[in-house]
Amino acid sequence: MSASALASRDHTPVLQLSGIGKEFGAIRALSGIDLTINPGDVVGLMGDNGAGKSTLVKIIAGNFHPTHGTIRFDGAEHRFDRPLDARAAGIEVVYQDLALSNNVSAAANVFLGREILRKVGPFRFLDHRAMNARALELFNELKSETRPKDLVKQMSGGQRQAVAIARTRLANAKLILMDEPTAAISVRQVAEVLDLIRRLRDQGVAVILISHRMPDVFSVCDRVVVLRRGEKRADKLVSQSSPEEVTALITGAKEFA
Amino acid sequence: MSENVAGPVSFGNVGEARWYRRGAFASQTAYVAVAFVLITVLVAVFTHNFLSYGNLLNTSKNFSYIAIVALGSTLVIITGGIDLSVGSVMALVAVLTVILMKFFATTFVASIPYLGITLAVLGGLLVSALVGLVNGLLISKIRLSPFVTTLGMLSICRGATYVITQGRGQAPAGPQVDTFYSLTDGKLFGLPVPLVYLLVLAVVMGVALRQTRWGRYVFVLGGNERAAQLTGVAVSRVKISVYILCAMSAGFAGILIAGWLGSAPANLATGYELKIIAASVIGGADLAGGVGGPVGAVIGAALIEVIRNGLALFGADTYWEQVFVGTIIILAVLVDRLRTREAE
Repeated sequence: MSASALASRDHTPVLQLSGIGKEFGAIRALSGIDLTINPGDVVGLMGDNGAGKSTLVKIIAGNFHPTHGTIRFDGAEHRFDRPLDARAAGIEVVYQDLALSNNVSAAANVFLGREILRKVGPFRFLDHRAMNARALELFNELKSETRPKDLVKQMSGGQRQAVAIARTRLANAKLILMDEPTAAISVRQVAEVLDLIRRLRDQGVAVILISHRMPDVFSVCDRVVVLRRGEKRADKLVSQSSPEEVTALITGAKEFA
Repeated sequence: MSENVAGPVSFGNVGEARWYRRGAFASQTAYVAVAFVLITVLVAVFTHNFLSYGNLLNTSKNFSYIAIVALGSTLVIITGGIDLSVGSVMALVAVLTVILMKFFATTFVASIPYLGITLAVLGGLLVSALVGLVNGLLISKIRLSPFVTTLGMLSICRGATYVITQGRGQAPAGPQVDTFYSLTDGKLFGLPVPLVYLLVLAVVMGVALRQTRWGRYVFVLGGNERAAQLTGVAVSRVKISVYILCAMSAGFAGILIAGWLGSAPANLATGYELKIIAASVIGGADLAGGVGGPVGAVIGAALIEVIRNGLALFGADTYWEQVFVGTIIILAVLVDRLRTREAE
C-alpha cells in the first residue's frame, strides 16, 4: 500500500497547527505557526539553532502548552498536559539521545512503560516470551537485524535507532517526531535510519524529521518546513526546492519562499 | 502492513556472543563465585575445624545478617543510589523492638499469647520503613544526593539510639521471650533461621527483580533515569520503594541480631554499612547503577565471612580481615574492568 493510496483514502490531516505561538517571559520563541500534516507525510523541519524547532516539537509532544493557537490532532482539538497524553493520542517521539537504557534488553526498552504482563494467582509477572516475540516482529518490519534479547549496551548506532523507533510502533502511532536521528551515527547507519523512515511512511505513519543534515532531508522528505526566528519562512515540496534555497532560508539570506 | 513484512531477518551481519561471554557467565558475580569456592576449599583443606558442624553453623549465621541487609543495599545500588544509614537503622530498630517488647510485657497485651512480640516486631519494622520513606522522599522528590541524605540519616539514627537507651543495652523480655529467641536464633531443618530467612528473601528478590515490572524499573532507573521518566515510569515511587525495602532489611537484620545476642546494645552494628556495601560491590553490584542481584549480595557477604573465619582458624591476627576485604573489593572491580576492556 503506497503513501498516495493511503493519503487519498483518508483526507483528515493527522496534525493541524494554527497560529501556534509561544512566549517565555519576554522572549518570543514562536509566533503564528500554521502547519498541516497528512497521513504518510514525511516533513523535514529545519532551522538554525534557536530558530524554534525544539520548542515546536515540545509543544506537539505535550512537554508544554502553546501561549497562542490551537492543535488539532486527527480531527479533534487537543491540549496535552504531559508527554504521556500526547502518546495516548497517537504522537510518539524519538528523542535525540534515544532514551534507551543500556543495561536491559532491546525488547525491555521497546516495552518500557508498557510491559506485557501475565497473571499468576494474585501476582502479575512480565511476559518475556510475548514481549520478545512482538519486538522481533517490529524489528522485522523495520528490517533491522536486532535480537530482542540482546542488551542495548552491545548494539550499533543503527540498531539503537531501530529499538527507539520500534518503541513508537507498539501502539498505532499516527505521527512520529524524530529529533536529529542522524546526528551522531555513521554513514551506513544513516542510510539504515532513512530506510526506517521510509518504512514508516509506507505504513501510513506521518513523520516530522528534525535535522541539520540537508542530504537526509532531501533524500527522505516530501516537504521541508523552515523556521527562522520563531516564524515559518517556508513550507514547500522538496521537489520544488533545492538545498541552496533552504540554506538561504535558514540563514536569512532569503526571507520567504 | 502485511506486505512490508518479509521473511525473518537473517542476522548475517550481527554476531552473537559465545555462551561463556553472555549472561550469568560473563558477570562479576560469576568470577567472585569461583573465587569464593576456591577460597572456601583452601580454608577447608588447610584448617582443621572449618568443616565442623559448629563452625559452619556459626559462619553461616554470622554472614546471614550482613547478607540480608546487602540484599536491600543491592536494590538501592542498582538504582544508582547508596544507603549509608543501614548500620544505624539496624541498631535503632533492634533497640526499639526490644524496648517495645518490654513495654508490652507490662500492659494488658501480655495476657494475649504472642501479641506482645508480634506488635514489637511490627513496630520495629514500621520504624525502619519510615526511615526508608524519609530517605526516599528526600532523594526522589527533593533530589538530594543519596550519599549526603543517608549519611545524615546514619548520624540521626545512631544518635537517636543513644538518646533512647542512654547508652545502656536492652535485653528482650516478656512472657513469650523464648519464642522470640527461637524465631531469631533457632534452627529450621538443621539450618540456622537467619540463613533460612536470607535464602527465602534472596529468592523472592530474584523473582521480583527479573520477573516483575517493578524489578525492571529498578534496573532502568540505574541505566537511564530520564528514559524511564519519558516513557511514563513512576520514577519517584520506584525509588522510594527501594529505600524503604533497604531500610526494612536493615531493621529485620537488627531484630535478628538482638535475638542472637540476647540483648540490643546501642553500639550494635556500628560500621556495618561499609561491610554491607562491600558485600554488594564484591558480589557485582555496580555503584554507577544498573547492575547487581541477590546472588551477588549473598556471595559477597559469604566471601567476607569465610575470609574472617579462615584468618581466625589459621590463628592469624583477625585485624587483617579488613585489609583482605579491602583488597578483594579492589580485585573484584579490577578483574571486571580488565574483562570488559578485553571484550571491547
